[in-house]
Amino acid sequence: MSDDKFDVIVVGGGIAGTVASYLLAKEGLSVVLVERGNFCGSKNMTGGRLYAYSLEEVMPGFANEAPVERKVFKERISLLTMDQSVTLDVRSPKFAESGNDSYVVLRSSFDRWLGEKAESEGAMIVAGYRVDDLIVRDDKVCGIISNGEEMDADVVVLADGVNSLLAEKLGMKKPLRPEHVAVGVKEVIQLTRGEIDERFGLSGDEGCAWSFFGANTDGIQGGGFLYTNKDSISIGLTCNLQKLSEGSKPLMQLMNDFQSHPVVAPLVKGGNLIEYSAHLEPEAGAKMIPQLYGNGVLVIGDAAGLTLNLGHKVRGMDLAVISAQCAAQAILEAKSREDFTASSLRKYKDLLDVSSAIQNIEARDKYLEFMENPLLYNAYPLMIVDMLARLFVVKGGRAQTIFDDILKNIEALGKNQIENDFKAVKKL
Amino acid sequence: MNMKIMVCVKQVPDTEMIKVDPVTGSLIREGVPSIINPFDLNALEAALQLRGEYGGNVAAVCMGPPQAEEALRDCLAMGADSAVLISDRVFKDSDTLATSYVLSLAARQFGPFDLILCGKHSLDGETGQVGPQIAEFLGWNQVTYVSKMTRTEEGFVIDREMEGGIEKVMTRTPIVCTVTKTHYEPRKATMKGKLMAKKAHVETVDSKTLNGLDTGRIGLVGSPTSVAKSFVPPDGEPGTVIEEPTAVESAAKLIKLLTKAEAI
Ligand SMILES: Cc1cc2nc3c(=O)[nH]c(=O)nc-3n(C[C@H](O)[C@H](O)[C@H](O)COP(=O)(O)OP(=O)(O)OC[C@H]3O[C@@H](n4cnc5c(N)ncnc54)[C@H](O)[C@@H]3O)c2cc1C
Repeated sequence: MSDDKFDVIVVGGGIAGTVASYLLAKEGLSVVLVERGNFCGSKNMTGGRLYAYSLEEVMPGFANEAPVERKVFKERISLLTMDQSVTLDVRSPKFAESGNDSYVVLRSSFDRWLGEKAESEGAMIVAGYRVDDLIVRDDKVCGIISNGEEMDADVVVLADGVNSLLAEKLGMKKPLRPEHVAVGVKEVIQLTRGEIDERFGLSGDEGCAWSFFGANTDGIQGGGFLYTNKDSISIGLTCNLQKLSEGSKPLMQLMNDFQSHPVVAPLVKGGNLIEYSAHLEPEAGAKMIPQLYGNGVLVIGDAAGLTLNLGHKVRGMDLAVISAQCAAQAILEAKSREDFTASSLRKYKDLLDVSSAIQNIEARDKYLEFMENPLLYNAYPLMIVDMLARLFVVKGGRAQTIFDDILKNIEALGKNQIENDFKAVKKL
Repeated sequence: MNMKIMVCVKQVPDTEMIKVDPVTGSLIREGVPSIINPFDLNALEAALQLRGEYGGNVAAVCMGPPQAEEALRDCLAMGADSAVLISDRVFKDSDTLATSYVLSLAARQFGPFDLILCGKHSLDGETGQVGPQIAEFLGWNQVTYVSKMTRTEEGFVIDREMEGGIEKVMTRTPIVCTVTKTHYEPRKATMKGKLMAKKAHVETVDSKTLNGLDTGRIGLVGSPTSVAKSFVPPDGEPGTVIEEPTAVESAAKLIKLLTKAEAI
């Protein structure tokens, strides 16, 4: 290695960037990771839960060492109307089994730790520098430019997150469209450990993951989430950006209403707001995936549009790890050939295509249209919650059977609509 | 006209993050990140600019705990040529006198220097004593509150920032100066500077390797200062706003109030 040129420069110290740096440095490549925040993770947010399987492959046993908050033992899903709710509560030792396990994380400590792991393998982190542009010579990316200063590398890995302006500049990625992203807001609310254990029925390091649908997004495509940390909770909402701008309430108000809902209010009561953040999330599936490789450049993580939101399961961090792994392998092979052209780096896409990341995203694409159905976020939750609520009401007179009730509801919504939606479900 | 410059730096708790224990009145330092005392960065910037103009080299020196090495690496990243960390448990609890004593020994050991630059004071102690005391230990000239330095044949013309004006001082080297923030806005390290600093050597000395150290003059025993009490000053009384319909009436009211308070 000459002093002025590195094997790899990674842009962005999120999950994708730190893991890629770790893997490459471990194999002896000279790696510089440039992060605009003051340290890796300082600017990053997530809902809260990391599915462990992929990072486990990279760093076996990571959860014993990493600053994870709690291990998820309990899953809850709630459907909300303005004043009613139905909650499913699933508790299972299966959630804790190795391979199935998932952890609630806070990015500022978690990504920082990942950064330190990368450094311990020899990667060099330069934090506090925003990469403004890329050096392109003869149609090949040859390095980065920050604050007027240039730095050269054989390969630049773009791990700069959902709004990758750098991939956009290279023409690899189209500008984000509001209908293709969700905007998320999150508050971290401090409570004592004891309060959390009591409110959520947990003990020790057990954690709870909870998603909410229905009135909390005012009928807008999206949902609410709540994750328990050690001594705080992460609570937030995500809404499709386009739908939100067509809706009548601003996100902040939805968030306030959500937190005053009778199911949610007692959970956050008396807590101290210690962090507020907002972030975009790609949610348009495979059609958002940009050109993934070029001469001297790869795009990974959120920058590559790799997220998978199924409502009750939000995945992005685990996919960021997978893409980092594929990218690292492709770069190592390219390095052995000393060939960093697009045709050599294409290996990254080949690996990713057969990985579970892309396969799951493609599988989910079938749901995309279905998930845009507005009835999913207002009429259906209302109907289900209403029916279940009536199931428990006794008020004298001749009791209605649940079937009468269902029929009545179907009529109210319009038979055709329901038939169509039912067909859509069958198609999935 | 190469100059050897020593810059004294220390770490302080990031005041933006610091809280005061409402019960004991002491600073809660736990979990508060450390930063380089901002005025020390002005001193370093001054040194780097002087080196840029006149040639020479800059040594950053810090007496502090092992983790202060990070601060010294930041100095190297900004452009200091070398860094010395003076670190030993026996230095713990040193007051400004003991600290200046240690730094003056370092100046002898790693010098000779033409110039020693310090920040005008530290954010945590705010005494502004270390620079002047180093000068006394070394028997050098000293200039405090320095906003700008210009080299002359024999020494420097120095702007001293006084209340209400600038005092121009001419002095011969060697000098100790304490620097304000007016002119020497610290530069941002380059990425390459940062990378280089990660690998650079930080010279470390302890009580055994610091030449001529009298251990009776350091740590708690060597520190005549003792803190009698630290407390949060009570909030001041809110002021009175005079807003009468006319200026004449306002003035009349002001005079009435001042008279009542026996201020006039
Ligand atoms: C509200 C919400 C909830 C979510 N919940 C979950 C969840 O529960 N589980 C899950 O797995 N996923 C979740 N996700 C998705 C997940 O957070 C992302 O997929 C993940 O953060 C992607 O990681 P990344 O490293 O690709 O990008 P990021 O984490 O966005 O990291 C990008 C990094 O690049 C840096 N950067 C950007 N531009 C530059 C530049 N020009 N120069 C230098 N540095 C730069 C940034 O500072 C940042 O550190 C959620 C997302 C949102 C918005």
